[in-house]
Amino acid sequence: MIDSPVVTRPADAVPFERFLAEHQVVVMRYLSAAVGPSDADDVFQETFLAALRAWPTATDDGRLDRWILRIASRKAIDHHRRAAGRPHPVHAVPEATGDAVEPPDDELWSAVGDLPDAQREAVLYRFALDLTYAEVGALMGSTPETARANVYQAMKKLRGVLR
Amino acid sequence: MTHETEMLRAVARAGVARAAAAAGGLAERAAGEGLLDVAVAETPSPVGSLLVAVTPRGLAAVVFDDEHREIVLGRIAREISPRILTSAAKTAEVRRELDEYFAGARRRFELRLDRRLMHPFASTVLAATSRVGYGRLATYGEIAARIGRPTAARAVGAALGSNPIPIVVPCHRVVGAGGKLTGYAGGLHRKERLLALEGSFLLPG
Repeated sequence: MIDSPVVTRPADAVPFERFLAEHQVVVMRYLSAAVGPSDADDVFQETFLAALRAWPTATDDGRLDRWILRIASRKAIDHHRRAAGRPHPVHAVPEATGDAVEPPDDELWSAVGDLPDAQREAVLYRFALDLTYAEVGALMGSTPETARANVYQAMKKLRGVLR
Repeated sequence: MTHETEMLRAVARAGVARAAAAAGGLAERAAGEGLLDVAVAETPSPVGSLLVAVTPRGLAAVVFDDEHREIVLGRIAREISPRILTSAAKTAEVRRELDEYFAGARRRFELRLDRRLMHPFASTVLAATSRVGYGRLATYGEIAARIGRPTAARAVGAALGSNPIPIVVPCHRVVGAGGKLTGYAGGLHRKERLLALEGSFLLPG
């Protein structure tokens, strides 16, 4: 999936606070699309807790965004495994107020969770983070063409999930 | 572009608004797992906004607002731990005692101190300084004498200037010979303000 960071200089003189402030938005965007908005906050905190635990020995290769997104990705996968073991939540019957009602889109998050790793990362980086194929490739250590092919395969599998 | 990928993009964008709140809740969970080594918060005061840094051992730093946060937090990260997060809860006791002090309702702080940002000599000087009570003054020479280094008044001055916990460790109560208002790392205007609050009278420096 994503390359291991190359050891260059230690990140340990950087206050975690600053790292969090720099990456909280990108991680929340990623996770909102990876696990759905209702579970994203919890997985977000699990992600940054894992990063905080590792922080004193983390190394900064200039791509700490890769590092935190890889942790987020693992936590999202853990979340999908746990969710797969639970019965699907029953959606409350919407009240007949005529207001727009959020669609029951758990199907979308479980379909995202079922994608092969490379396809899931590529489609989330492309759409949740609004990255170009070149940027998706750089983040995943692949060529832009491979990134594009992975996104295409993912879109094919996701198409028709929401009806 | 499909309906599904549009949905992914839309929920991702909507997530941006929740990032700060989720990040804010992190400190409590980190503390619960023993991962919050340094809790920080800004607190308003009559001498400007103060950054306070609290560890499980106690209060490690009080920082005036003209000191660069990046530099101070970088030093705390190197000398104590880089596991630093903003936390209202873990700094509440310190902020409350400071508020009471500035309201004139507290004459001594009852806070545990983390002395890891003090060099050994400064730690000795600052321990002696902590025994100078509210509304009282001592000279650099007196502090030097109290630590058994009567000729070290100048080194005492330097040590006081490095005090990482001003206000709570009352280096503002140490003045020049004859009660003159001399140097203060936080600026003489702050020293004057703190001493006026405590009812001390000073000769112009």
